[in-house]
Amino acid sequence: MTQSKTSMFSPEDVHCAVLSNGITVLARSNFNSPSVSLGGYLPAGAIFETDDKLGLADFVSSMLMRGTHSRSFDAIYNELETAGASLGFDSGVHTTNFGGRALAEDLPLVLKLLSESLVSPAFPKDEVERLRAQLLTGLALRAQDTSDMADLWFEKFLYADHPYGKPSDGYPETIQAITRKDLEEFHRLHFGPRGMVIAIVGAIQPKKAVEAVAKVLGDWTVSRQKEAPVLPPLKPLKKGIRHHHPIPGKSQADLVVGVIGPSRKNPDYMAASLGNSALGQFGMMGRIGNVVREKSGLAYYAYSSLHAGVGPGSWEVAAGVNPKNLNKALDLIEKELKRFVKYGVTKEELADSQANYIGRLPLSLESNGGMVSAMLNIHRYDLGMDYYQRYEKIVRGVTRDDVVAVARKYIHVDRLVIATAGP
Amino acid sequence: MKNPVTQVQLKNGMKIMLKEIHAAPIISSWVWYKVGSRDETTGKTGISHWTEHMMFKGTKKFPHGMLDKAISREGGRWNASTSRDSTRYYETMPAARIDLALRLESDRMTKSIFDAKEVASERTVIISEREGSENEPMFLLGEEVLHAAFRVHPYQHEIIGDMADLYAITRDDLYKHYRAYYVPNNAVLSLAGDFETKAMLKRIRELFEPIPMGNPPPRLVRPEPERKGEVRLTLEGPGETMFTQIAYPFPNATHPDYFALQVLESLLNGASGLSYKTCRLYRALVDTGLAVDVSGWSESTIDPFLYRITIVHRSDRKPEKALTALDAEIKKLQDKPAPAGEIRRAVKQARAVFAYGSENITHQAFWMGHTSMFADYSWYTTYLKKLASVTAPDVQRVAQKYFQPNRRVVGTYIPKGKGR
Repeated sequence: MTQSKTSMFSPEDVHCAVLSNGITVLARSNFNSPSVSLGGYLPAGAIFETDDKLGLADFVSSMLMRGTHSRSFDAIYNELETAGASLGFDSGVHTTNFGGRALAEDLPLVLKLLSESLVSPAFPKDEVERLRAQLLTGLALRAQDTSDMADLWFEKFLYADHPYGKPSDGYPETIQAITRKDLEEFHRLHFGPRGMVIAIVGAIQPKKAVEAVAKVLGDWTVSRQKEAPVLPPLKPLKKGIRHHHPIPGKSQADLVVGVIGPSRKNPDYMAASLGNSALGQFGMMGRIGNVVREKSGLAYYAYSSLHAGVGPGSWEVAAGVNPKNLNKALDLIEKELKRFVKYGVTKEELADSQANYIGRLPLSLESNGGMVSAMLNIHRYDLGMDYYQRYEKIVRGVTRDDVVAVARKYIHVDRLVIATAGP
Repeated sequence: MKNPVTQVQLKNGMKIMLKEIHAAPIISSWVWYKVGSRDETTGKTGISHWTEHMMFKGTKKFPHGMLDKAISREGGRWNASTSRDSTRYYETMPAARIDLALRLESDRMTKSIFDAKEVASERTVIISEREGSENEPMFLLGEEVLHAAFRVHPYQHEIIGDMADLYAITRDDLYKHYRAYYVPNNAVLSLAGDFETKAMLKRIRELFEPIPMGNPPPRLVRPEPERKGEVRLTLEGPGETMFTQIAYPFPNATHPDYFALQVLESLLNGASGLSYKTCRLYRALVDTGLAVDVSGWSESTIDPFLYRITIVHRSDRKPEKALTALDAEIKKLQDKPAPAGEIRRAVKQARAVFAYGSENITHQAFWMGHTSMFADYSWYTTYLKKLASVTAPDVQRVAQKYFQPNRRVVGTYIPKGKGR
């Protein structure tokens, strides 16, 4: 094989600048294709919502490009689509996120529209109502989706009253309750440059990328940008919960089974992640895939996943099965979880997952978008720009004892949350 | 061209396509078999897709369970899919590990076991896959529309197959299908990434050339007769949301009208992978508040297929109004040539989509093989040029020719849920 440029980035590859108003810009060049990707976030998430207005942050982020003080919804999208470029916003508990891509020649256009959407959205009345109708249709479709509804109930029980237990897209009644004034006020109080991060990767010199961001967002100042509230403590579950959400007329039921997992910054994270790989990811969906799909033929998909972010994460198993096989699949999953907690992973399983984590890096960093996500994660979780230089050591440093210890720490088989949805 | 493609035919008829790209230490390898739902007869629908599943169940040399672990251990990604026209298997691996993928593919071209127990277990997995799809109103509606659009041609059924056949197909049916279509003279290997062509070709010859040529695979030749008269159908099911799907017969990917239709599609519904909020149908149906969403897509196929438009209706609006607005938009394109600026925009959008695709080696290997299923690679390399040569009168002419109400199928999903 020939020598070629590695995709792994080092601190020297990534240009990091902090603008005077607090915006962090991360930039890296990649001239292999004439395109650029960008992504980022700012601390304006659902954590600021009240229970009667759930979905407000999401509503605001979906409104940002539906008209600004200088451009209509149609004018914004006409410029973007004419350039074959894209830009979009969404929101989670902690942040409003954005992402986009364009030919390098159109980066200034995308940045200008990003800036306008963030700084001066107009929330036009007719657009608010049009979006409301679309959001309500989305919620009607969610109510019919067995996988979405199993997820919704799972999170509701797992996190109880914690902000992580509330759906970021709200409920029909909360979406109905949100007024145009609520949208404006949420934007006024929570949007600002402090805490904002933007990453740009592609056919542009990093310094030029920073200049381009500074040109459109460098002057943005907000004097009363509110600090995010501290996450409330999570109440641990005292016993297991099982809940079924009926959706008549469906052919398949979905199940989610799980527990609270570590946050991304928790030292347990890598051991839990490698353990999870053996449990329900590696090869054909790990051990879970092996017993539920390969050996029993019960499901097309059956896997486990670890969702680790700023606060307490979730460690869960999901599958879609024929309704008559629901209990059978749940039994098999519970047995696997017990085995995992008792014995952890084998030497071979751990070595396999470690090799996979290290070997797959070039693939996950191949595209501009993949690189943008990696840079944002490194920044968000303080992993250090030399993270990928240290990565192999971190992965190889996890032992079988570490895995079984985190399995026992987090997975309490007598206190599982089990949510199912289907006929 | 920046990265030339080397194309070679092995002595056994297998076609090899190689494209060196040294941007990252990755190689993507795709093996394509020209067999899909297009080749399936009544009673055997879904057999190509099921065969694809069985290819992961092992050979003597790479037993079941070892294959996926071996690839994953090396940090590779692999999967397979079945389309109307082809079945394809890919591995994208760190460059130094690609030999494993090549050895695996050469072995399973002829030596997959098709163990009876594995067939039985996979039957229920595929039934479960279909049940998952049946949960989606759009799958159910799409299936009805497809059936109505094709009375004769085998494009009439979904790729996953009908439930009756998923219960009835036997191990021997699957094995027979495998042996008939998985022959080197019906296969293409497309490889892109960090390798040297000469050395790679030598290795490919060692692995694939000894596989004997097979009989030419059987083909169904059942062209669809032209429809005269619109078909309207309804389907009832759970939920609160109404959908309409409208299907117009479209020509195949090598038809002279194909590129003018791509431009027309872009005008109506945008380019693949981009937002479509300023396209004609969105403006006419969504901006006006008549519907929640409208989208459309065609496929690049061997035989003539369809252009399908899906409307997601608003519960507080009459669905007929959305359909009337759609007809009015199509009529505008038939009555008057589109402005030159709109056509230039379609070309620019395609240029951007091509640039995004070139960031990704897996994508580049995909396109080489994919185009070889219905055309040759020049179809792909000249795509932007052909698109740029489309004129406004071309677009008007194809709008008149293909968007005829008396040749279309209009299917509506009627929700029987809350509030109805």
